[in-house]
Amino acid sequence: MSLFFQLVVSGLTTGAIYAALALALVLIFRATNVVNFGQGEMATFSAYCTWQLMEWGAPLWVALLVSLAGSFAVGVITFRAVIRPLMSAPVEAIVVVTLGIFVLFQAAGMWLWGAEQRSFPSLFPDGGFNVGDVRILNSTVGTLVILVMIAVLMGLIFSFTRLGLSMRAAAFDHARSVLVGVNVERMLMLGWGFAAVIGAFAAILIAPRLFLNPTMMTPILFYGLAAATLGGWDSPLGAIAGGLIVGVAESLGASYLSFIGADMRIAVPIALTLLILLVKPVGLFGSYKVTKL
Amino acid sequence: MTLLQIKDLSAFYGRTQALFNCSFDVSEGEFIALLGSNGAGKTTMLRALSGLLHFEGSIAYAGTSLGKVSPQRRLELGIAHIPQGRGTFTEFTVDENLSLGATIVTSRSQIKEDKERWYDAFPRLKERRDQLAGNLSGGEQQMLAVARALMSRPKLLMCDEPSLGLAPSITQEILTIFKTLHRDHGMTLLVVEQNVDITLQYADRAFVIEAGQIVASGTAVEMVNNEDIKKSYLGVAG
Repeated sequence: MSLFFQLVVSGLTTGAIYAALALALVLIFRATNVVNFGQGEMATFSAYCTWQLMEWGAPLWVALLVSLAGSFAVGVITFRAVIRPLMSAPVEAIVVVTLGIFVLFQAAGMWLWGAEQRSFPSLFPDGGFNVGDVRILNSTVGTLVILVMIAVLMGLIFSFTRLGLSMRAAAFDHARSVLVGVNVERMLMLGWGFAAVIGAFAAILIAPRLFLNPTMMTPILFYGLAAATLGGWDSPLGAIAGGLIVGVAESLGASYLSFIGADMRIAVPIALTLLILLVKPVGLFGSYKVTKL
Repeated sequence: MTLLQIKDLSAFYGRTQALFNCSFDVSEGEFIALLGSNGAGKTTMLRALSGLLHFEGSIAYAGTSLGKVSPQRRLELGIAHIPQGRGTFTEFTVDENLSLGATIVTSRSQIKEDKERWYDAFPRLKERRDQLAGNLSGGEQQMLAVARALMSRPKLLMCDEPSLGLAPSITQEILTIFKTLHRDHGMTLLVVEQNVDITLQYADRAFVIEAGQIVASGTAVEMVNNEDIKKSYLGVAG
């Protein structure tokens, strides 16, 4: 039984990272109806910026804060430069553009920092503690705490501030929001900025384990997409739950199902995606939209 | 004093022209009805006025040309637009809808004061302030739309087909609210309607739009008595 709990704990740790990336994807999708396939690569770029600042001698926390602020700016600029001009374009065009964002940031990372793996420091002290037979690492606790903090902060902003209300309104309906005086474009820009910051957290939290490299977040994107589909693309809460479920399912599946094993782990999120699309296509926390013709 | 001066206004949806050289003036404090059948261009007119649609020609509001003014800035200048379908934020509470109506207002005390005022004026909204706006009845949603628009303290309130989907008695109620705003607060109203007979009971003046052009205008009394206009353009059997 302790193996089971150990696997759950380990699944929650990776799940928290999938959840963060899924949250970033969902925030952007809700507001702009765009799936940003470049979200993971933008996040890797942010992690590289943190690493570079530390190489130049900045302390970890300073590097972290500066690169998070930079990520916000990159999110805003990406929206202004490539998404806004295409807001009324067909969805295929926008998909191609976000794939372009993917390629752009991955290539920029390769060009600036090369393809070799680099070690990245953990934000949390080494070591951990035991609960019964289950070993819990400090980094596990830290990762989950950061995820909870992001979720609570987002919840507070969206529920209790005028800015959050305007952002929700802009995501709900562009034309109606314009008519009450919401600056919809500014709200979408802020949404892209926030999403980039949350994505950056995901990359910075996973980098110590995977080693920093330009394609580090590519597989994580698959898990993030699965998590968002599982939780429901219009539900931030669903993204978080979806991320954690995918993480735990992956961890358990890889150990208990011999035909999956370590090599086939990525089959787990794909299977989950397929299952939810068959059973409840809007996702666990998604809501059905009624379209009047 | 002239509040709104529209000259040679043309508007397009892509390549399709929806308005052709429309010109008219609205004085401050007037209650104007904009009449016409489906697809005549009434909604297009409001969309051009509130900044949702690009136009050619000129619109001057209180002396300011609106050509390059953003929708947000137009609200700040005092132009509010209640769109067709009421523009309700259905997944938000009644109270949040009112807060959204005050997006351009910076003073929190003004927002609080206005909310209390309109809750007092619309007790049914007060009872349902924490409910989702999507669960309100059609009439209540129309009242919410009016209260939401009033939160920005407009000088010119434009409303697109308030009667749509409402029982005649409720339409009367809404138009009475407009009449009160007009009489007691000196608000200028521009109400788009297909429901000619009821609307003309409340309005001061009316314009008739047909195929994107203004084809008739006059006081409400003149319109009511002019059977030709009613038969030709408004589909009202004489």
